[in-house]
Amino acid sequence: MSIVEPFTIEQFYKFLQQGKLMAGKCLKCGKIHLPPRTLCSSCHSNEFNWIQVSGKGRLLTYTVINVAPQQFQALTPYAVGIVEMIGGLKIPGMIQDIKQEQLKIGMELTLDFGTCTNPEHWPQWSRYCFKS
Amino acid sequence: MYSLHKRGTSGLNGKPLVSIISAGMSKFGKREGLLARELFAEAVSEAFNRCPKLQPKQDIKAMFIGHMGEAYEHQGHTGSTLADWAGLTGIPATRTEAACGSSGVALCSGIYAVLSGLADMVVVGGVEKMTHRTTAEVTEYLAMAADFPFEQFHGITFPGLFAMMATAHMHTYGTTEQQFGKVAVKNHHHGSLNPKAHMQKEITLETVMASKYVAWPLKLYDCSLISDGASCIIITKPELANKYTEEPVHIIGSGQATDVIGLYERESLTSLKSTKLASKVAYEMANIKPDQVNLAEVHDCFTIAELIAYEDLGFCKVGESGKIVESGATTLGGRIPVNTSGGLKAKGHPVGATGTAQAYEMYLQLTDQAGKRQVKDAQVGLSHNIGGSGATAAVHIYRRDQ
Repeated sequence: MSIVEPFTIEQFYKFLQQGKLMAGKCLKCGKIHLPPRTLCSSCHSNEFNWIQVSGKGRLLTYTVINVAPQQFQALTPYAVGIVEMIGGLKIPGMIQDIKQEQLKIGMELTLDFGTCTNPEHWPQWSRYCFKS
Repeated sequence: MYSLHKRGTSGLNGKPLVSIISAGMSKFGKREGLLARELFAEAVSEAFNRCPKLQPKQDIKAMFIGHMGEAYEHQGHTGSTLADWAGLTGIPATRTEAACGSSGVALCSGIYAVLSGLADMVVVGGVEKMTHRTTAEVTEYLAMAADFPFEQFHGITFPGLFAMMATAHMHTYGTTEQQFGKVAVKNHHHGSLNPKAHMQKEITLETVMASKYVAWPLKLYDCSLISDGASCIIITKPELANKYTEEPVHIIGSGQATDVIGLYERESLTSLKSTKLASKVAYEMANIKPDQVNLAEVHDCFTIAELIAYEDLGFCKVGESGKIVESGATTLGGRIPVNTSGGLKAKGHPVGATGTAQAYEMYLQLTDQAGKRQVKDAQVGLSHNIGGSGATAAVHIYRRDQ
């Protein structure tokens, strides 16, 4: 019997490092959770399957941040946005290598697994970003 | 000034849930050399002094205090600390935390306590001490109210979250940066009339537009202030109120609601479901419709948040909030003055103190003590306090004693 990885946020980030964007699908009501949850917010079931989600999506909204906490100050100004992946799931993240004037709601973006880096301190998750 | 006669008062038959018998607020601003507990003592002292018939040690049975962050002063355990410094040691004191909505939630909790019958006189308040920290530190602490694994972790700040709502509102409804700016100009005008406001000077639209971007499209003057301050109100059972004051203000509607924590999982990027849910409950409890509200204090942590609040609270049609602020309807003297105190924008936003500072303004307005910013003949007021990017909302409706 194969071991099923726990439907946790930590596991979600582990999959990202392996180059996979994974969501949890509720076995009872079919709701897909991105990020995964350990308790379905729709039907309270705790049985899920992992499903792989395409890393392609379109930009729903964005901003360019100039005032940042210490940890991100060296990156300012940087763009962040919320991206709707194919299938309707939404996740936020930084948008890299695109000039502010070129950012546009509706533009196609791709989750770049290659940019995943593990921070030194907790949480040591792979920080992904979006590129065109 | 605005006249009540055009609106009518039929239907104002919401039964008082609790009555406010007194209120206090520290001066908001950069209060160097003072700790949160000392600011809170300033607010409590005003509330006690306003109500000579109150015997605090005998009469007050419980305290609910909104406070967001231990990080600012390395001080947790806020409930007891503040009961201590308010000279009320012994009573149950509970700290509520819902980020910037902490004391709006404290008010909901205080109402539960009074209505339960277990505590017939309750102090509800809030406090935050922020200005001794750097902007980077405050930015980091405030961001803790967002969804850590997907928002803070990816460098998304608080202004960043509201900026993303602003971008979506501009895209969907054609709202403009100038319209955001009009909110700031209005609230600074109101703040100039409030001697307790952090900023008491008028600003021009040019000043707003020339200010630097914090998170595009939001500029420095679209953001509320980092402030120190405390506020409180004293609530009791309606039948006891007249023992203490001839002019109580009644709370006739109270709603608190939640939404998913991450902005990215919300149903809408241009509306807050929590505000809609909380206000629906409050309006129904009060038996009030939005057009019967004479004045409101809404959560303008960023100018866009005030515009979205107009729409979610039913003060205008969806998508028309930018036009409403431009029309002057929400300026003092208009159809429904909003944020007569100066709002978070000019009065200041010591986050834990904000919810009950809104209630303080309602108390002043509905007892004709608001001085230069008094709304004439106001009967019904509404306060709207949100936590974080809107995963919490608390809405209260107030009525003048009749």
